[in-house]
Amino acid sequence: MSLTVPVDLGLALLLLGLAVWVIATSATYRAAEGFIAYGLVLALVWVRLGSVDVALTEAALGSGLTGLLLLRAAARLPPDDPAEAARPGRGIRVLAALLCAVVTAGLATVVLLLPEPAPTLAPAAAANLPATGVGNPVTGVLLAYRAIDTLGESIVLVLALVGLWALAPDAAWGGRPGALRTPPAGSALRFLAQVLPPFGILVGIHLLWIGADHPGGKFQGATVLAAMWVLVIVAGLRQPPAVTSRSMRWLVVAGSLLFVAIGIAGIWLAEAFLAYPDGLAKPFILAIEAALTLSVAVILGLLLAGPPEAEPPSTGARS
Amino acid sequence: MSEATLFGLCGAALVGLGLYGLICHPGALRKILAFNLVGSGVFLLFGVIARRGAASGFGGDPVPQALVITGLVVAFAATALAVALVLRLAQTAGRTGLDPEPPTRPDATPERPS
Repeated sequence: MSLTVPVDLGLALLLLGLAVWVIATSATYRAAEGFIAYGLVLALVWVRLGSVDVALTEAALGSGLTGLLLLRAAARLPPDDPAEAARPGRGIRVLAALLCAVVTAGLATVVLLLPEPAPTLAPAAAANLPATGVGNPVTGVLLAYRAIDTLGESIVLVLALVGLWALAPDAAWGGRPGALRTPPAGSALRFLAQVLPPFGILVGIHLLWIGADHPGGKFQGATVLAAMWVLVIVAGLRQPPAVTSRSMRWLVVAGSLLFVAIGIAGIWLAEAFLAYPDGLAKPFILAIEAALTLSVAVILGLLLAGPPEAEPPSTGARS
Repeated sequence: MSEATLFGLCGAALVGLGLYGLICHPGALRKILAFNLVGSGVFLLFGVIARRGAASGFGGDPVPQALVITGLVVAFAATALAVALVLRLAQTAGRTGLDPEPPTRPDATPERPS
């Protein structure tokens, strides 16, 4: 007990310091780097709060994939940005700081005045968990009690991808996503992209499988799978498929389609949308998780790969 | 002070910091970064609620935890879309800020020749 207080204090100070760095540093690229470190510290904070499922998601998605996305964007944006010079005046900044201090003070008051004993749904979740057949209560919430949220989320991901593709210039439509195009990679990166993916794919499937009973699950697994795919693309070993590829589009919607189909089947089999019949909850949940893992991995990779762009000159000979 | 209260105050500070960056940074990508800070602060408050609801042998209330996982995935999708919008803005208008400036690009050539 004596050791945890300094550790918590140190984590909190490190977290706040990195957040200040992200806001205060002048270069966008450095801010994005700071955000990655911030995400990793935040994942440790989630472990301290007893939410290992969230910690895994934060480390993989909130820090890793988001960080890659922001770094790529910072690298592609024009470096000397004239808009950066036009910071708001001192008066506006002081006013904004006051407003933010009030918001923080309000939230801090709420935190300090939270009701005692704390309201909780944990006993209700525990009481009904055996009926779902899964042992991890978070997975139970995600796929049984609040399956409608997860269904909505899987559809939001598809819509985000549609929105991203809609940003493509007309001339580039039908091409391959171009945000991850890089100059020819060095041999170290290519070697990594050849060696790491088999292990990464195993880790992703492992996270999916143990998610039923232990921390882990489809989002964490899908994020690792997407990271492996992106690594292979960045190293130049494979290109992302063209956005018109029919098989890839089926993969994108497969998870949501199976989820909706099982949900509708529930109306006849268990008398409610998204209800699972007695004794069959576990196989249905596993089927949805497997399909969603594949679809989410493909969607996350495609979101990172960006909208389709015109092909660069094939040999680089044009100058 | 329990770790839940400590990290709850941390989350409150993060929301304020992110909000300040959101208002004061002129660059759109920095606004996206700041908005992600606000988001993580809000998620952290959820985590505190979850931790305080620890019962029945669980380390925390699983319902807010599951909501945060859903929220993280949706936040990533929204960030990807926002970043793509900024890149497209830079491509077509040649600028990355959101302040209303006198339009500098000629309307006749909306696409930068590649």
